[in-house]
Amino acid sequence: MRVNLTVNGRPQQADDVWEGESLLYVLRERLGLPGSKNACEQGECGSCTVRLDGVPVCSCLVAAGQAEGREVVTVEGLADLAGRRAEGGELAPVQQAFIDAGAVQCGFCTPGLLVAADEMLERNPNPSDEDIREALSGNLCRCTGYEKIMDAVRLAAARQQEAV
Amino acid sequence: MTPMPADKAPTTISQGSQTKGGIGESTLRPDGTLKVTGEFAYSSDMWHEDMLWGQILRSTVAHAEIVSIDTGEALATPGVHAVMTYDDLPTAVRHYGLEIRDTPVLAHGKVRHHGEPVAIVAADHPETARRAAAKIRVEYRELPVITDEASATAPGAVLVHENREDHHARHVPHPNIVHRQPIVRGDAAAAARRADVIVTGDYTFGMQDQAFLGPESGLAVPEEDGGVHLYIATQWLHSDLRQIAPVLGLPEHKVRMTLSGVGGAFGGREDLSMQIHACLLALRTGRPVKIVYNRFESFFGHVHRHPATLHYEHGATRDGRVTHVKCRIVLDGGAYASASPAVVGNASSLSVGPYAIDDVDIEALALYTNNPPCGAMRGFGAVQACFAYEAQMDKLAKELGMDPVEFRQLNAMEQGTLMPTGQRVDSPAPVAELLRRVKAMPMPPERQWESSEGADVRQLPGGLSNTTHGEDVVRGVGYAVGIKNVGFSEGFDDYSTARVRMEVVGGEPVATVHTAMAEVGQGGVTVHAQIARTELGVAQVTIRPADTQVGSAGSTSASRQTYVTGGAVRNACELVRERVLETGRRRFGAYHPAWATAELRLEGGKVVTDGGEVLADLVDVLEGEAVEVEQEWRHRPTEPFDRRTGQGNGHVQYSFAAHRAVVEVDTALGLVKVVELACAQDVGKALNPLSVIGQIQGGTVQGLGMAVMEEIVVDPATAKVRNPSFTDYLIPTILDTPTIPVDVLELADDHAPYGLRGVGEAPTLSSTPAVLAAIRDATGLELNRTPVRPEHLTGTV
Amino acid sequence: MDFLRPASWQEALAAKAEHPAAVPIAGGTDVMVEINFDHRRPEHLLDLNRIADLYEWEVGEESVRLGASVPYTQIMENLRAELPGLALASRTVASPQIRNRGGVGGNLGTASPAGDAHPALLAAGAEVEVESVRGSRRIPIDAFFTGVKRNALAADELIKWVHIAKADGPQQFSKVGTRNAMVIAVCAFGLALHPATRTVRTGIGSAAPTPVRAKAAEEFLNAALEEGGFWDNGRIVPPSVAAQFAQLCSGACNPIDDVRGTAGYRRHAVGVVARRTLAWTWESYRGARRVTEGAA
Repeated sequence: MRVNLTVNGRPQQADDVWEGESLLYVLRERLGLPGSKNACEQGECGSCTVRLDGVPVCSCLVAAGQAEGREVVTVEGLADLAGRRAEGGELAPVQQAFIDAGAVQCGFCTPGLLVAADEMLERNPNPSDEDIREALSGNLCRCTGYEKIMDAVRLAAARQQEAV
Repeated sequence: MTPMPADKAPTTISQGSQTKGGIGESTLRPDGTLKVTGEFAYSSDMWHEDMLWGQILRSTVAHAEIVSIDTGEALATPGVHAVMTYDDLPTAVRHYGLEIRDTPVLAHGKVRHHGEPVAIVAADHPETARRAAAKIRVEYRELPVITDEASATAPGAVLVHENREDHHARHVPHPNIVHRQPIVRGDAAAAARRADVIVTGDYTFGMQDQAFLGPESGLAVPEEDGGVHLYIATQWLHSDLRQIAPVLGLPEHKVRMTLSGVGGAFGGREDLSMQIHACLLALRTGRPVKIVYNRFESFFGHVHRHPATLHYEHGATRDGRVTHVKCRIVLDGGAYASASPAVVGNASSLSVGPYAIDDVDIEALALYTNNPPCGAMRGFGAVQACFAYEAQMDKLAKELGMDPVEFRQLNAMEQGTLMPTGQRVDSPAPVAELLRRVKAMPMPPERQWESSEGADVRQLPGGLSNTTHGEDVVRGVGYAVGIKNVGFSEGFDDYSTARVRMEVVGGEPVATVHTAMAEVGQGGVTVHAQIARTELGVAQVTIRPADTQVGSAGSTSASRQTYVTGGAVRNACELVRERVLETGRRRFGAYHPAWATAELRLEGGKVVTDGGEVLADLVDVLEGEAVEVEQEWRHRPTEPFDRRTGQGNGHVQYSFAAHRAVVEVDTALGLVKVVELACAQDVGKALNPLSVIGQIQGGTVQGLGMAVMEEIVVDPATAKVRNPSFTDYLIPTILDTPTIPVDVLELADDHAPYGLRGVGEAPTLSSTPAVLAAIRDATGLELNRTPVRPEHLTGTV
Repeated sequence: MDFLRPASWQEALAAKAEHPAAVPIAGGTDVMVEINFDHRRPEHLLDLNRIADLYEWEVGEESVRLGASVPYTQIMENLRAELPGLALASRTVASPQIRNRGGVGGNLGTASPAGDAHPALLAAGAEVEVESVRGSRRIPIDAFFTGVKRNALAADELIKWVHIAKADGPQQFSKVGTRNAMVIAVCAFGLALHPATRTVRTGIGSAAPTPVRAKAAEEFLNAALEEGGFWDNGRIVPPSVAAQFAQLCSGACNPIDDVRGTAGYRRHAVGVVARRTLAWTWESYRGARRVTEGAA
């Protein structure tokens, strides 16, 4: 089947999609956007997190056909998204904070965490530690022990506060 | 003195000529930006025009004879390009293995564990490949399963491997034992008679999985010369290469390997997974073939940490001196050897922990069973022992009425202490100090979950599940300390190769570092650039992608890469520097006497005397020439352990970490919230403090997972894995993870580059027993097994 | 495999009538896992994402009419006052990403004994409104679960609404799992006090082949509260009554040993959370009474 959708602001079309394919597969293998990661494909790790009409979801659990006509933002589009929020720069603040705080090791969980953290900071610009933990509880990381991820999200929040 | 052209005249210096971004600084990862933008190419992201998808058919039973395999229907499926079984393998070499080549590329005649590869398929879509694999009919005749020591060594037990010819075979008491290592020093029986107190314990350590997030994957591209190029996530390219090439019937130079992005490893990528399968299908079809495991398959696609049963006897005098240790450690190696022999070496030689104990009687062994194969995982044999000996140390302290930390400090090893193997520890061993530091850290406040709006369940046992608002919640505190070897041991020729090049690019001196080191997330690439800056005084360093176009870097494991490949990079940089200085002397020596007389450094892009005088710009010295060196580098040699006594200088270096765990236990439900896990570790020299702390925190949380949730459950009746998914194999979430304050101690090891000490593994050791000790403190229960399940805390097993 | 994309409810019913074996997919949080792991290859997937009705809810006099696809996140955020038990249960569902996609309709459709919504629905009292081209009917929640992962739906029916009684008293929900987030229930317990009818209702998850109510425990507690005049005098429930209630709740379980937990632990844990949720709800009821009395 054919699927039309908007990804990171651009209309996209995928052809010959098998009906059982996930949005994650379409993004990675058909649209050349492998930033969203395929770590568990059962909604237990959050590595494939994208925003579907603004809402963070596991793209591995969205059937490709369900994305028809909808808007998707992936990690590849985070900087643009931040730009539209007038948080311009080469990188979204949360991306820069992940680099600066040492929150990236192997990096496989990073795209999903960034999409989830960015969305949380949009909703809750001044989160408590427990708010951060709850919002990111659907994103597994095996390298960092999460401490530097906490640091990164706090840093991004603090920088956003300063910028305001 | 000959006059010198004005623009090359020496100047005096020079505040701030020091090179930025050298060792000791927390420079940021060179791959950070690619990783946060999604552009970093992991092995599962590889793509090629005309690419096919590979799929592996795995055994549905653990132990069986293969009566027949029918691939006809699968081959006839439209879109399928190849189906291969053992009979289709191109050469007589049809097995591989890290140390013992006992693992069939595809099952031959027999399967020995659940999920063993039986056949492979290449098709134009992953779903086509899956459907085709499902059409392969395999008829099994099931055999009894060997699952533990009793069934492995019972009279008449089925042999997991018949006709063993490996070098351990004639030394083991039974063919179902892979390797056995006794260690005897002093006279444990006599020492036991001096003991005022003796405690014994039987401990069980469950099967842990590395659970790296990036599944096994890679892309094999056939090449015009009949060879193949494999893009792969691994821990050691050259070890893979040595195992892959003979099976393909290709000389090693026709199997080119390039490291793709690696989504974590932790030991799980030391063995081959889909490498040979992808290459076979690519060569068979003449098309690029990509294989990506899903999470279910990943649980079958790599070895796990050895589960173990451990029996310990410790004695002590009334004044708190440990008299002796007797122990027996039985590791379950599963169906294939993998790294089992080396794991046995570690488990035995590190079995008494970081303590000075003269009289020991130790035995460790690994079994062949029909359980999932076990091999390398972070901590490698030292983890299981640490869980048991630290439980014993607490037991002894309690028996003696002593403080558990003071008791440990009283028996702590130090520089100069003899290991059970007779090896003298000849660098700092600050065990007592680490314990002091971790104990001195401020305690987290009590009842942090209380707020004006009631209990915040996110800070309580059970978390979001809303199981307690403080009822039955009891706090406990526990301590543990551990010892881990760094580097490959027992006489292994553990070397690394680095190629370093210096040249002028765009008017600037640039260093290029090329190694085959697998960057698996640990930050080796960051450190290599730092070393090059420090040694060569340049700001710009390029790190070439790791591949087999350069010599082996050894494995990214055993906490060894910063030591060994870092050492190789430093060594190559030194050789480059010498050559650069030679060139400088040749060109400019006549202009200034210091070229001949002074100690010279490269700093800030210049040649500088140790007095700080600038002699020349590197740009001028190099003048369009490139200086390149490729060199192997070795740490000091080790020797094998004696097969009977275990004596020998088997290890290169030791590393130490201590933890204090603070937990809150819902004693009625048996649920645990780890409130804080403080760590103190000696790292010799922190080349990159940010990365060092990241390693310590990450290792600590893997230990936490092992303490309270992580276990691959194998059905003892069938040897089948019951929980191969992230739904049922649980690893800690951010809500399970406490704050992890880290105190880094830097006592240089004079034998190591920059005095550094391998970092990655030690924190994984002591974390688990510290959490266990804290749970025991909270509950008063004995708890001889890990992970602890709610059943163990509530008497509902 | 065919992917059916009805644009309206009527189209969806027609498609389901034509292909009774079609698997409805809304949040995808169960169905896609089965497809990704090759556990299921239905001939037809019936996508419900485009049916706006299913994402709506309406708060009525007596009950809330909840669209089958309303995501858990919405329930947590918007229906805490009306459906406190379900809102608490929603917060324990998997992860934020899953809560943004999954809804009660999917939980009911899958009818897993471990479905997080079920104990809350059983305790609150609910009816599941299902429809087919033949017409619609309302199935009481007590009659909905018919076996392990089986429900009372006919092959051509789809779940449209869940009618849940608005809370007339405090409700609680506890789920026991071995991780502090993103965990499947080892067991779960929902409790609702219904001061209007002077009754309590319960729901137990993951401790029997289907979600169940602990009816004997409810009857015992109803009687004990009535007898002691507790609804009126607002006294603390005596420990002996709470203990007996907890024991009866344990007794209502018919659990199995599996990789997530033993049967013995499940029985034990249900008793513990039954006692605790009773304490929490009753304390809340007493608090509300005091406020009312104080105002009066």
